[in-house]
Amino acid sequence: MASFSDFGNDLYTGKRSIDFISRRRVWFLISAIAVLIAIVVPILRGGFVLGIEFTGGSQFQISGVDTKDQTLAEDAVQSVVPEIVPRVTTVGSDGIRVQTDQLTDDDSTQVRLALASAYEVDQADVTESFIGPSWGQDISRQALFGLGVFLAAAFIFMALYFRTWKMSVAAMVALLHDLIITAGVYGIVGFEVTPAAVIGFLTILGYSLYDTVVVFDKIRENTMGGESSSGRTFVESVNLAVNQTLVRSINTSAVAILPIASILFIGAFVLGAGTLRDIALALFIGVLIGTYSTIFVAAPLYATLRQGESEIKKQSKRTLELRAKSVA
Amino acid sequence: MAKTTSPVRKAWRSLAILGGIIVALVGVNLAGVLIPGAGGQWAPKLALDLEGGTQIILAPVVDGDTQVSQEQLNQAVSIIRQRIDSAGVSESEITTQGASNIVVSIPGQPDEQTLERIEASAKLEFRPVLLAGTPSTDSIGGTDSATPTPTPTPSVADTPAPAPTDASDVSQVTPALQTAYDAFDCSDIDSSKVAPADQPLVTCETDGSIKYILGPVEIDGADVSNAMSGVVSTSTGASTGQWAVNIDFNDQGAEEFGAVTARLIQLTSPRNQFGIVLDGRVISAPVAQAVITDGNAQITGNFDQETSKSLADQLKYGALPISFTVQSSDVISATLGSSQLQSGLIAGLIGLILVVIYSLIQYRTLGFVTVASLVVASVITYLLITFLSWREGYRLSLAGVAGLIVAIGITADSFIVYFERIRDELRDGRGLSGAVEAGWKRALRTIIASDTVNFLAAIVLFLVAIGNVRGFALTLGLTTIIDLIVVTLFTHPVLQLISKTRFFSEGHRLSGLDPRALGAVYRGRAEFRPPAVSTARTAASRGEAARRQTIAERKAAESAPTQDTRVPAGVDSGATGTSSTTATGTKTPGTKNTGTNSSSTKPTTGAKGGKR
Repeated sequence: MASFSDFGNDLYTGKRSIDFISRRRVWFLISAIAVLIAIVVPILRGGFVLGIEFTGGSQFQISGVDTKDQTLAEDAVQSVVPEIVPRVTTVGSDGIRVQTDQLTDDDSTQVRLALASAYEVDQADVTESFIGPSWGQDISRQALFGLGVFLAAAFIFMALYFRTWKMSVAAMVALLHDLIITAGVYGIVGFEVTPAAVIGFLTILGYSLYDTVVVFDKIRENTMGGESSSGRTFVESVNLAVNQTLVRSINTSAVAILPIASILFIGAFVLGAGTLRDIALALFIGVLIGTYSTIFVAAPLYATLRQGESEIKKQSKRTLELRAKSVA
Repeated sequence: MAKTTSPVRKAWRSLAILGGIIVALVGVNLAGVLIPGAGGQWAPKLALDLEGGTQIILAPVVDGDTQVSQEQLNQAVSIIRQRIDSAGVSESEITTQGASNIVVSIPGQPDEQTLERIEASAKLEFRPVLLAGTPSTDSIGGTDSATPTPTPTPSVADTPAPAPTDASDVSQVTPALQTAYDAFDCSDIDSSKVAPADQPLVTCETDGSIKYILGPVEIDGADVSNAMSGVVSTSTGASTGQWAVNIDFNDQGAEEFGAVTARLIQLTSPRNQFGIVLDGRVISAPVAQAVITDGNAQITGNFDQETSKSLADQLKYGALPISFTVQSSDVISATLGSSQLQSGLIAGLIGLILVVIYSLIQYRTLGFVTVASLVVASVITYLLITFLSWREGYRLSLAGVAGLIVAIGITADSFIVYFERIRDELRDGRGLSGAVEAGWKRALRTIIASDTVNFLAAIVLFLVAIGNVRGFALTLGLTTIIDLIVVTLFTHPVLQLISKTRFFSEGHRLSGLDPRALGAVYRGRAEFRPPAVSTARTAASRGEAARRQTIAERKAAESAPTQDTRVPAGVDSGATGTSSTTATGTKTPGTKNTGTNSSSTKPTTGAKGGKR
């Protein structure tokens, strides 16, 4: 790994520098296209697939069963509607509860029959009813309200801490970018949006802002003392900060992504659908996008926002002139 | 030497504090386990999805053929959710079933209190008092024959002959009702039955001290928009020390309440009282003292802080639009098989092993500090979660487990930020001790700033959100605090200590802090090039950014003849109070240093310059 640490050294000293900022038009274009895809494709596909917790669904109650084998119920439901993953629970000493997405009348009659024969009970012992959403409107409303308050608070905090609201703006845009793309992947892949996935989104929200703050703190440090003395233009200072924190960004996202990846792959390929897969997918994409957006969206956007300020324009000009003089 | 021992002493003190925190957490949990009845245990409790629990089906109690509307049902679900949430963070699941039932699923075996909170179907209504008196406590044999229902006996044709002029009209007290009242035993109240709203009601104070005949319902509990307890203050704002309950009515409630108080105030006791009835029992029967038309009523009386809060809660959360009765209560199994948790844990473990391997490759021996820090973080997390699960009813769901695994990333990031800062300082030519202190100062700032963002999210969501989101907020806040604790009280002190060992301070190849590998310029034994803050006269006029020059810039600056004011090494770490170098250079400077031969007087290498 000596080469990696050389890489880190070179980035730190400025010997090697990846031009993140001046190629920003390319990154912005890529992000814009990604966001567009993340919005359009799910719409074309007919929106998100919401889980039973949000929409409510059908519930079958089987009473007087001899076995508590839950796979029987899963197989029975899937023999009728293959793509449904039912939630099976035993109730009391001899009952089985099966919850599925809302079924058509036809399907639900079929499922009843299948369940009755799977558990060898009378058809009359399988009752069907509609269950409402357990993640009610009130939970969503309160969560959104809380989110709004948090974003406002985070905006103010960052503006105070970094002493410029432009960093807050750049961080929020990156955050929005991450959320849209992560949600878009759900819509594109067609995974069900469950409460676990929503919790995953919220985690991403925290991670994305966190990652941005870490890199912005380095930018703050590099641009704090006025640039005329540092011999770098503002844009160069920002770019240097991103380069200097690049090794940290790579290491952090690797450390964060490794456990998530192992949950995702074990969850998705060994267990099939379920809470683990739902939450791990959101996290996996979110961590990758969150790291990407800090470097390729937030930092360049910040540079763009500040670049036009007359003070910074003046200083950049002076720096470049001085440099030209000393070279000549 | 006093200066060099001070970080070491500080480090040991931090570690001692950390040890103290862990011992205290273990102790508190131990007390919970050992003290009989405290109910503590060594493992955190699991949520509904992993452990299963109890499913309670509530069916509405309605008078006659009244249909329960969907709106009422949703309102009831949300009120029951608030009631359960107010007891802790249990991640319960509340949903509707069919057209009118509510299904409440609670993890584990709910205790009496929780059950009561849910089952207290709580229909709240306001009725005027027609008659009040002390119940005969010494009735002999009479209780058995007493009518058990709080409602007027329907068998007697007791509709008052002259229609009552208003709800307070005593003509409603018919002989039959009087008989029922005389024979009524306070222990016979069946709160699962709803008295018809338009009929008088015979009932008692909750503690059975006063017996009432109440008129028909005048205000429904659903018209209470809020209720709070507080201390009464005088018009000048001074506190009287008297506790009271403040009720806010909605528009309809305010109008009705105004009409009721306007009538009651003209009547004599006990008919100037109105009974606040919760589940068929009178929880309070205040006297109307003024006509209140703005919908903001205040109940004063013999309250202390606790009783006023309890009444306010009853008024606020008790205002279910309909009343419910428990139809069935069953034990249910986990929705996710144990296989899911197992696989989740195995996946997490594999992930952790990968993290260990990665950090060892990246940071060599220093990687062990990361691993040890993560272990310390895990121990504290486990103990805290166990404690919260005991005291606050916190339950660990699969989503929660996943959240904790993700927290590894955020926790490890603090170490990575810190290590990278130390490496940066080494690259700038500081000695290790100086680099650790200087790197720490910068890293801590970043860590605190970024953790603040996470903590803001946790606090806001915990206060505002309900249901699962609240559980998430708690996990987030918890891991953020633990991150701060571990990095300040473990990682930093450990680095302070190991930076004194020869293995690290001499920059062994495997230490992960080898200055040569980090590109620092080696000038002598245990001595590296000082950062270019060099000249005091220019330093004062320079900004922070200048001090943060890149090495390439500094080389240019230093080799320039006009600025060649090299300071002996050892001055370098003066800013942080640690001096690791005392000897003057004995070896010739490295090639990297001498190779620079720029004629420029200004540093020219920036991010772009480096490419030229």
